[in-house]
Amino acid sequence: MIPELGHFALVVALALATAQAVLSFTGAATGRMALMATSRSIAIGQFLFVAGAFAALAYSFVTSDFSVLNVAEHSNSRLPAHYRFAATWGSHEGSMLLWTLMLAGWTFAVALFSRHLPERLAARVLGVMGLVSAGFILFILLTSNPFERLIPAAEEGRDLNPLLQDPGMVVHPPMLYMGYVGFSVVFAFAIAALLEGRLDAAWARWSRPWTTAAWCFLTVGIMMGSAWAYYELGWGGWWFWDPVENASFMPWLAGTALIHSLAVTEKRGTFRSWTVLLAIVAFSLSLVGTFLVRSGVLTSVHAFATDPRRGIFILLFLVVVVGGSLALFAWRAPRVGLGSAFSPVSRESFLLANNVLLAVALAAVMLGTLYPLFLDALHLGKISVGPPYFDAVFVPLMAPAVFLMAIGPVASWKRARLPDLWVRLRWAFGVAVAAALVLPFVLGRWSPLVAFGLWLGLWVVTSSVAQLAQRLRTAPQATLGAKLRAQSLSWYGMTLAHLGVAVFIFGVTVVKGYETERDLRMAPGQHTRIGGYDFEFKGTREVPGPNYTAVEGTFDVRHAGSAQVIRTLHPQKRTYPVAGQTMTEAAIDWGITRDLYVSLGEPVDGGAWGVRVYHKPFVDWIWGGCVVMALGGFLALSDRRYRFARAPSVPAGAAARAAAR
Amino acid sequence: MKPRTRRALWIVAGLAALGAASALVLNAFQSNLVFFFTPSQVVSHEAPQGRSFRIGGLVEAGSVVRDKDALTVHFRVTDTAKTIPVTYTGILPDLFREGKGVVAQGKLGPDGTFHANEVLAKHDENYMPPEAAEALRKAGHPIDRTAFAGQKGR
Repeated sequence: MIPELGHFALVVALALATAQAVLSFTGAATGRMALMATSRSIAIGQFLFVAGAFAALAYSFVTSDFSVLNVAEHSNSRLPAHYRFAATWGSHEGSMLLWTLMLAGWTFAVALFSRHLPERLAARVLGVMGLVSAGFILFILLTSNPFERLIPAAEEGRDLNPLLQDPGMVVHPPMLYMGYVGFSVVFAFAIAALLEGRLDAAWARWSRPWTTAAWCFLTVGIMMGSAWAYYELGWGGWWFWDPVENASFMPWLAGTALIHSLAVTEKRGTFRSWTVLLAIVAFSLSLVGTFLVRSGVLTSVHAFATDPRRGIFILLFLVVVVGGSLALFAWRAPRVGLGSAFSPVSRESFLLANNVLLAVALAAVMLGTLYPLFLDALHLGKISVGPPYFDAVFVPLMAPAVFLMAIGPVASWKRARLPDLWVRLRWAFGVAVAAALVLPFVLGRWSPLVAFGLWLGLWVVTSSVAQLAQRLRTAPQATLGAKLRAQSLSWYGMTLAHLGVAVFIFGVTVVKGYETERDLRMAPGQHTRIGGYDFEFKGTREVPGPNYTAVEGTFDVRHAGSAQVIRTLHPQKRTYPVAGQTMTEAAIDWGITRDLYVSLGEPVDGGAWGVRVYHKPFVDWIWGGCVVMALGGFLALSDRRYRFARAPSVPAGAAARAAAR
Repeated sequence: MKPRTRRALWIVAGLAALGAASALVLNAFQSNLVFFFTPSQVVSHEAPQGRSFRIGGLVEAGSVVRDKDALTVHFRVTDTAKTIPVTYTGILPDLFREGKGVVAQGKLGPDGTFHANEVLAKHDENYMPPEAAEALRKAGHPIDRTAFAGQKGR
């Protein structure tokens, strides 16, 4: 009964999403307030019904209703409760429903927080989101119904892929989808602006918080995926340039460019067409990402869907959305207009350079990700593009972007002077260079690449400090506290996010420069020494788990030359009988300055094992940096000028234009 | 300098930078492409010597031999028509099994042995790497039959 109710709720949601689109667009086109006003309540209704459908599926999973095909295929009664819940999105069907739920959630948020928008713009935004939502619900109902019954019911479920039985599964997909789908809001704003044929600073200010919010969720989602791969896959890498990772990284790059381009559009009214194009690109890439991961075109853990109908539907949907919006862009973009001029040395230019570099990096990642797929699809041979390509391309493109990132916020809008910038930043520059020359010796060994990486990170830090000092000097307030309070939250947010990039770079540089990875054969009683630590293999024993059995190794860790055991690590090799699968569970001693990482390979002979023993200095800074970036984003979001309750402080002209619409 | 000349200079500089970036990207792309060959193709000398490439197929049953005191493994990869010997030093992925699909990346030695520096993990028992499936199909093997009972059918 519950699954049927869920199915029915989804059908109702489809009707509501369609109504939301049709009524909003008709209302906006004919100027009928009554029609436009319906869009909000319909959007709220749509959210409730999608949420109901999702709750029904989650209920079936949690109660292990194996008469539902989806549950029987992806869950098991011996699975712990939180994984039974997470298994709701462990399948293709369920994850599509999660996608739709996220979309409905964002639509709901827009409906709630759009009262200050001009009625017509709000109606069009909700209309576009309704269209996207209708497309996705239709996709679910036609090709991937999660509520399909299995008659007769299965005795027991086939179990969730053991790789997915991890706390990461509970939080990573929802976060990632929040980010992906969040770009639908700015996409809808962009389409609405094109339809209106008008785009101004107020538009940019309305779109910015939505974009930043989506970007924050995407950042956290990607970071969680990376950390998950690090501890779960058992080989200690944190980024593999796997197509699935790239699928989430491409919208992130586009979103990052968009945030910066939106800043220029808001403050200076420039880059308008480019901003609109980026908004379209960011959301399109989210759709491409969904297509890549969900259609089964990739050799990857995520590609467990193998139904060609789905691929064709998503591809068609993609063509309609991307093609349609780009056509609209080509047709209407000239109306959006150009902004004011700026000199080649100005904050606009720095942001332009940042956008160009991000766009080139995006194109490079896209080339490496999609080209092999095209060749394969056209039967021109199978090739693969590995991490060396991405490393070779990405670092040289991002290094100048980071260098400019430290200068951009200091430069003034419209026209800046290089000598002024030099005077303001020379101390920051000098300190960064000096520290970067010395620091590698402290860390162990001097190498030019490490010094360069550290310099980039330090340069961001020192220039942020220089900027803060200068702002405090020039602030008119009397006390330091008042001066600090006088700076806007969005400035603090931006600075924090940039510092997050510095932390990230620091982590990557030190890990790449000083990590030790050793794969070796160890018999019980044997020692190995890496990174100043001594690892002793004590042997293995069998341990039972809730739905698996494991062989657990014991490793005593000491400081080299000391007799005292500082840690005992227990890596496991788990066997899941239902899925018939073996999983490596690494043992990690997490630390701010280093991770110690041990994982079991395979038994060799006579109680000896193939073992991976890794020493990873500062690896946690990589994820820490991402968290700081996201925190910066959330801080910027909470800036007063985005607060919806307050009357918008639009410059008089813009306010009048907005009112006249 | 006239404003127009200056603008032209900036545009030229921008285009030059973009051109340099494209050259960098395409060059890196060119030199890091990894091609795929089936065991049959390798045996008939279609694969390059001295350049890294990928092979795929099934791990031949009974072919896996470990060295006594190191992590070196010897096994044979087959597309059911031809077979090539492979050596790999390191830890194999969890789902490496005799009789199952495998993809390896590495170089071909002068003696015809494939020296793998990477054996690709696949994460699902029921999932055949597309490259391995491709190799078998090219060799004329009926792919959805008993040898691949694990292949997921829906």
